[in-house]
Amino acid sequence: MSALFTDAFLTSLVLGALTAGIPLMLAGLGEQISEKAGVLNIGIEGMMLFGAYAGFLVAYHTGSIWLGFLGGAVGGMAVAVPMAVLCIRMGLSQIVIGIALTLGAEGLTALLHHFQFAQSYPRLPAVETLPIPGLSSLPVVGPALFDRPPIVYLAVLAVAVTAYVFRSTQFGLALQAAGDKPAALDAAGVDVVRVRTIAVLITGGLAGVGGAFMAEVGAGIFVPFMTNGAGFIGIVLAMQARGKPLWVLCGALLFGACLSATTALQVAGVSIPTDVIQMLPFAAVLTVLVLFGRKASLPPALGTHYVRGAR
Amino acid sequence: MSNTHTSTPDLTEAARLDRAAASAARAEIWRARGRVALLGIGPVIGALLLSALVLLALGVDPLAYYGFVIERGLINPYGLQATLTRMGPLLLLAAGLIVAFRAGIWNLGGDGQFLLSAVVVAALCPLLAPHLPAWLVLVVGLLVGALIGAVWSVLPALLKAYQGVNEIITTLMMTFLGVSFANVLVKLAFRDPATTVPQTRTLAVADRLPRLFDTTVSSGLLIGLVAVIAVHLVMTRTAFGLKLRIVGANPRAAIHAGLPVPALTVAVFAISAALAGLAGAVEILGVQGNVRADWNPHYAMTVIPLVFLARFNGFATIAFVFLFSVLSIGGESAARRTGVPNFFTLVVVAILLVMLGVAEYLDQRRRAAGK
Repeated sequence: MSALFTDAFLTSLVLGALTAGIPLMLAGLGEQISEKAGVLNIGIEGMMLFGAYAGFLVAYHTGSIWLGFLGGAVGGMAVAVPMAVLCIRMGLSQIVIGIALTLGAEGLTALLHHFQFAQSYPRLPAVETLPIPGLSSLPVVGPALFDRPPIVYLAVLAVAVTAYVFRSTQFGLALQAAGDKPAALDAAGVDVVRVRTIAVLITGGLAGVGGAFMAEVGAGIFVPFMTNGAGFIGIVLAMQARGKPLWVLCGALLFGACLSATTALQVAGVSIPTDVIQMLPFAAVLTVLVLFGRKASLPPALGTHYVRGAR
Repeated sequence: MSNTHTSTPDLTEAARLDRAAASAARAEIWRARGRVALLGIGPVIGALLLSALVLLALGVDPLAYYGFVIERGLINPYGLQATLTRMGPLLLLAAGLIVAFRAGIWNLGGDGQFLLSAVVVAALCPLLAPHLPAWLVLVVGLLVGALIGAVWSVLPALLKAYQGVNEIITTLMMTFLGVSFANVLVKLAFRDPATTVPQTRTLAVADRLPRLFDTTVSSGLLIGLVAVIAVHLVMTRTAFGLKLRIVGANPRAAIHAGLPVPALTVAVFAISAALAGLAGAVEILGVQGNVRADWNPHYAMTVIPLVFLARFNGFATIAFVFLFSVLSIGGESAARRTGVPNFFTLVVVAILLVMLGVAEYLDQRRRAAGK
């Protein structure tokens, strides 16, 4: 058991938590933005998966990791556009379209991958890291937290930016109102449909980058269905975080730690079935729900369609 | 027609008016039925055409692909029997979803309820088989499957009923938890010591659900059909169904009307999850015979769109489940022959959902414009 407490083990645990947690965090952050605006985005899994595929493809063909992330964002948004048109403009059920987009993205990416690469899974080169001077030489947390690819720092920065936008900008207020009382926002002269559309597109972009992170940084390859429920975990994170971006980050790291614990334990020579570890985060969140159930608050207008002047 | 305005309408006149009114009403009913049929069939045709474009873009001949799908899924006797067998568990899952969705409860946890009960049934029945008569093993298996499904929904049910916690999160989490738990059970507790790959003991083919007549179609199909039709009738024709629909349409009004909303919520969860569990049992007792580690067919997630497509109507659900079964069984064969992977079925279902939504939107706009 002493092997559990070596620097190598702890470093790989923290690093794994971060690598597994960042995509969850981006998805959760995206979901939070669209939930604030009153759109329950069940299609986030599809947005992530399409982002993963697009990001991988662009990075593979251009050799540029940054273009890859850009491709991921565009890929995620490409799935968000039908969501915006069908659910926000036309008012179709958000749950139906969300599930349709997820199924469609799963099928389409698997098909496209099949026709491009057949059974081969080409690998991307390892992503270069950007050590932060000073901090990166700390024991354990240094190499795990401060010697990461730049996108990691940007992702964490996105949490702060989102928190700032929510709290201190006109757009943040509009988002909040679009989810709480769309009619009031409308009366104030702001176009609810536009606010929600922008929110859903940002969601798609963030989820797409999250997916691209999985393919480019996490795995280095694209495998069909590789997001494997990460988008749904994002939904859970967003709902648990109750509108606070920082809580999304904390929750994502907790989930990430649980997901990466298996690998870390295997490194340390302890073999526990992956499935046991994977149950932990869900069991933890459920315990919280049982203890503090009633507090999981959601925007009142979540999941409802807003028609201008209907009320 | 000139005598319709005579000042003294006689009996035959009244009878003629009656008849005219009746035939107008009949025409109205037929027009409504035609509209519903058009709303159902139009999107299906549209989706098949759009999917054909996807195939063309991938360099595959759509006619050949659909030809193989229809040949294997619908015409070839073995294929058709496989299609019908696949319908059994899907129909049971759909029946569970109809109850929940009509009552306004989003039970997205079907996959966890399905898989966990499948694993328990697969572990239990081969052990019971040597000691009990075959029919009793099956009955016990089905009951245990339903029970396990229901048990797995207790937590979301109580949280929703008494704490108001959104069931979408809780059922999704219970699904992830259930899928992992099922794998843990297969790998650690219920593992068949006789095999090297982690899987449960296998129920002998002779001990499985009886086949229908002289075919390979599992009687699971019958169980599924009975369940869907029963659920449809209960939801549309009984007082209990009406109560559930009121809860679904407007929970606040339901409380005002004096309905025991929390108790009904728990009941809906129990029924819905028990049907999902029953689906797991039927899949094991009728088709698989055992559960391999990491097996998860994601049936519940794929059935959700079908139930929506059918607008929670039991009979329309049967039609859509049949269509999906043809596509998925036929797709497996078409995949081998045309090189299009099975995932294509997912794309078709997704396009179908979107097309149906759009058709409904256009219909609403048309009617709004007509008024």
